[in-house]
Formats: sequence, structure tokens, C-alpha cells
Amino acid sequence: MARSNKPILWLPFAAGGLVAALIIPVLILITGLLVPLGILPLPYDKMAAFAHNPLGKLILFGTVALPAWHAAHRLRMTAHDLGFSDGVAVKVICYGSAWALIAITAAALVIV
Amino acid sequence: MSRRPYTRKVKRSWWLGRRRYVVYMVRELTSLFVGLYCALLVVGLWRLAEGRAAWDGFLDALSSPLGVLFQLVCLAFAAYHSVTWFALTPKAMPLAVRGEPVPAKAIVGMHYGAWAVVSLIVLIAAGI
Repeated sequence: MARSNKPILWLPFAAGGLVAALIIPVLILITGLLVPLGILPLPYDKMAAFAHNPLGKLILFGTVALPAWHAAHRLRMTAHDLGFSDGVAVKVICYGSAWALIAITAAALVIV
Repeated sequence: MSRRPYTRKVKRSWWLGRRRYVVYMVRELTSLFVGLYCALLVVGLWRLAEGRAAWDGFLDALSSPLGVLFQLVCLAFAAYHSVTWFALTPKAMPLAVRGEPVPAKAIVGMHYGAWAVVSLIVLIAAGI
């Protein structure tokens, strides 16, 4: 049987779609409305404590990495739909951006 | 598999003619805004790692008119992603319990329930 790397792409894609659907809207509600309106202050000490906690790190990492991968994969497919050939350039731009975000997230969570 | 597959030329604007295609393209482009907001979260995490002053600066940037406008656009697309993602889940992953198919409405409903619970937990954790 021909081997395919598709499941490796699909599983985080589907997981990322679900994580994005469940958590991104409420996060934007907080950072885009409740913080600017002064309803939620998001104090540094509290946020830093969350990012120091191992479970907090895991949640933060998953919240960024999975939706970023989802977006990258879907944008690659959408680029194809828009008539861009599915070549190296599109893959590098899409997956490269996702990997960059994932790497910076990991680095930030290590040094925080 | 052919080494030089034939690729038909498509106009970039093929989807603009019909409502159904536009809706499809908007649904797919939700991923662009999910990705952009992820980038914003990454900036925030980096600012947090840099310390108190950097974090406070990040909060100020979030509250700037441009920051709010950008996030409101992201919110609209993100919410549309949620709604469309839940709607397609029973089609992409049909469930069966003891051989009986679970009705699509039940699967979608459970996702909305999970959405509400997760949102509430995040709001409470954030200190509302």
C-alpha cells in the first residue's frame, strides 16, 4: 500500500479546527473587548503565574500551536482553490509561518 | 501518478460569481484570521516573557483603536469558523452508538455545549 503523510497533516488540522472553534472567540472577546473596555485587567502577575505553571504552559502551547497549524494547512488548500499551484512556495509560506509561530511560542514559554 | 500533472488555469476570481461560492471562500478564509490572531497571541506571550513593562505595553496596544478594530474583524471570522466547523463535524466524523447513528443535531448540539463551557471556564479563569 502506498504510504501517505496525509494523516500526519490531518490529525493536527482537525484538532486545531476544534480548538480554534472552542477557544479563539472567547479569547478575542477578552483581548479585543473586555480588556479595552477595562472590564478585565489581565494583570501581569496573574498571567505570568499561569505561564509559569506546567499545565498553563501546555494549555497556552496547544492554544497557539494547534490553531496555527490548522490555519496553515487550510490556507495552503485555499491558495490552491485560488489558483496558486500547490508548490514549494505555498507550502513554505503556510507551514513555515506556522512553525515560526510554534517555535516562538515554545521559546517564550521556556524563558517566561 | 503522472510526473507532470496537467493543471488547468483558473481565474483567481472564479468564486465571486455565485453566493454559494462566496460563502465557501469566506468560510475557508476564516483560517487567515485564525492564523493572524494566533500571531497576535504569540506576540502577547513574547511580551509576557519579556516582563511587566512589555506586557503592559502589549495590553495598551490591544486597546488601541487599530487593535480593537483588527480584533473585531478576527472575532467575526472566528465565530463564523466555530459555527461552520460545528456544522460540518457530523458530516466529517459521523458517530454511531451501538450500531445506531447519532443524529447530526445531537453532535452539533454537543459542540455548542462544549463551546459554552470552554468559554465560561476561560472567562472565569481570566477573572471575570
